[in-house]
Amino acid sequence: MDTKKTNGKTYLFDKPQNVKRVFIFFYSALVVLLIAEFFVHKHPHFPWEEWWGFYAVYGFVACVLLVLVAKYILRPLVKRREDYYD
Amino acid sequence: MISPLPPAAVFIIGALLVPLVRGNLRRVLMLALPFLAFINLVYLPMGDSWTASFLGQELVLARVDRLSLVFGYIFILIGLITTIYALHVEETLQNVAGLLYTGSALGVVFAGDFFSFFIFWELLTVFCVQLIWARRTRASMGAGYRYLLFHAAGGLILLAGIVLHVQHTGSIAFGLMGLNGPGSFLIFLGFGINCAWPLLHTWLSDAYPEATITGTVFLSAFTTKAAIYALARAYPGTEALIYIGAAMAGFPIFFAVIENDLRRVLAYSLINQVGFMVVGIGIGTQLAINGAVAHAFNDILFKGLLFMTMGAVMYRTGKINATDLGGLYRTMPLTCIFCIVGAASISAFPLFSGFVSKSMVMDAAGQGHMRWIWFVLLFASAGVFHHAGIKIPYFAFFSHDSGLRPKEAPPHMLVAMGMAAFLCIFIGTFPQYLYSILPYQPVGYEPYTVPHVVSQLQILFFSALAFALLLLSGIYPAEIRCVNLDADWFYRKAGRFFYGFMDICFNRLNRICDQWLAKSLTGAINWFFRNAPARLSTWLLMPFYRLGGAGAEKSRHFAQSIQDAFNNGAIPIGLSAAVSGLFLLLLFYFK
Repeated sequence: MDTKKTNGKTYLFDKPQNVKRVFIFFYSALVVLLIAEFFVHKHPHFPWEEWWGFYAVYGFVACVLLVLVAKYILRPLVKRREDYYD
Repeated sequence: MISPLPPAAVFIIGALLVPLVRGNLRRVLMLALPFLAFINLVYLPMGDSWTASFLGQELVLARVDRLSLVFGYIFILIGLITTIYALHVEETLQNVAGLLYTGSALGVVFAGDFFSFFIFWELLTVFCVQLIWARRTRASMGAGYRYLLFHAAGGLILLAGIVLHVQHTGSIAFGLMGLNGPGSFLIFLGFGINCAWPLLHTWLSDAYPEATITGTVFLSAFTTKAAIYALARAYPGTEALIYIGAAMAGFPIFFAVIENDLRRVLAYSLINQVGFMVVGIGIGTQLAINGAVAHAFNDILFKGLLFMTMGAVMYRTGKINATDLGGLYRTMPLTCIFCIVGAASISAFPLFSGFVSKSMVMDAAGQGHMRWIWFVLLFASAGVFHHAGIKIPYFAFFSHDSGLRPKEAPPHMLVAMGMAAFLCIFIGTFPQYLYSILPYQPVGYEPYTVPHVVSQLQILFFSALAFALLLLSGIYPAEIRCVNLDADWFYRKAGRFFYGFMDICFNRLNRICDQWLAKSLTGAINWFFRNAPARLSTWLLMPFYRLGGAGAEKSRHFAQSIQDAFNNGAIPIGLSAAVSGLFLLLLFYFK
């Protein structure tokens, strides 16, 4: 549960150590997933699926590219004032 | 024993009874309808029933087979969940429109002939628009009209296709077609408009975020999924669908990243998810079709769930822009958890429903060695996690503290969201129950292999890492209050230029014609024919009158008397005779 009240005002993520815990869990999960791949026997459709860390790299690069393209190419092209169509 | 009705009839008859009752009785009636519809569906025999002869053709109102059944089940299920979610809505119009919309969707799915199919297809549009207009804002009125025009055009294209097809084949039966002949192309395009193909998708991202809180949940379930059913019925294995679907899965995620209205983000991710289904239908193998249908089933649940959570946020705060929200986990913890379940499902986390269906389509693409399609789908999988899986819950419930401390969603909304969330996890954990109702048996697909789980978790966690790093480094695009142009610019803005251009050209031409032809020229002609006889007579007679020695004053008086005589139509016989005689003389002279 990420939402227990500790008292009337303070909530779970108001405490920095809780945010830190989430990040520690998150980063260790990344490492565990990369290590786990050494022990997995794969049945790929494509040769590149056998490369170590292919999915990790693809996921990371895809999202960085997605954000960069959306921010630096798409947004300047399509952004208009909120009342543009009014 | 009462014989079962056509599946659409339960909702339609029920909807017509709804206005007759009020308060809790109405709620009980509305809640009873999905159960009655389900029992009715279970008792319907497989094969065609409720057939009727019509103009020498056969109408089929209840074609029950494995493909129509699975859509029937999910439509009734989401009808129940949405009805629970909307229990606070007392407005008759919305109650009735929601039920009729559900009934029409069932009508589409169980229609065995083009005639009844088309009727229900058009009813979908009619009732859907009611749910958009019911919000009664200026934006929703505009979006509703654009929705109506778009779908009316789509309906006409479909109708033209049906007419050509029926003319060609001589039968109105609706079944497997494939692309052969102009009729089938038009029908294909008509389906594509409801399916929100690229460039034809703008009605969806335009109208869905403008509908009522509960209306959008209905909308997210039916129109596009009915189109998916129609494509799966008529065009499985049509190669064009693979490329169309890949484009659908790919492009909306870019728009979703920069969109501020969180329901519009969900609308874009809806197009993205429908893209996976379209690819599956295009591939057309048993695994791919099963995957497309399973994903439609799951998408209705998790997309409905996400729209419900955003609706609950909107219901409590009155806001839906990411710029205005944030930190709501503090006081809406259950809604937050349900939203995370929906987000995990759409992102295809293991143990959540998206995982067991999206991977079927991916696997079918891999089996077909379609490497580019596979890459696009993998990109879309990472992208959907990015914008729907992380962005939606993060900006609504975490992120910066907006200072809003709304109450938790009302109990009936929590029950509806809880049901959808439970089903998302249940299907994701025990996929065999969903697999057992898919069209092609045995399914023979096992989602929970170690490499699949590990690779899927890698792609998701490293996408999350990208999100976290971009956010911490400040590169992640800040949410901005703005409008993002999409293909609807061409009819919303360029349409206005076109209108203005036509206004200048044709209205100016019209004014000139009015000025010169209608006013001046006809006036002149009119004046000429009114005055010409008197003038001519005056010109002819005046020289002779002058010869008689009349002065200027007397001549003017004489001219006036001729004018009066013509105006009154009382011309002295002598005068007429004199003019006629002189006129004849002139003719004789100039002969």
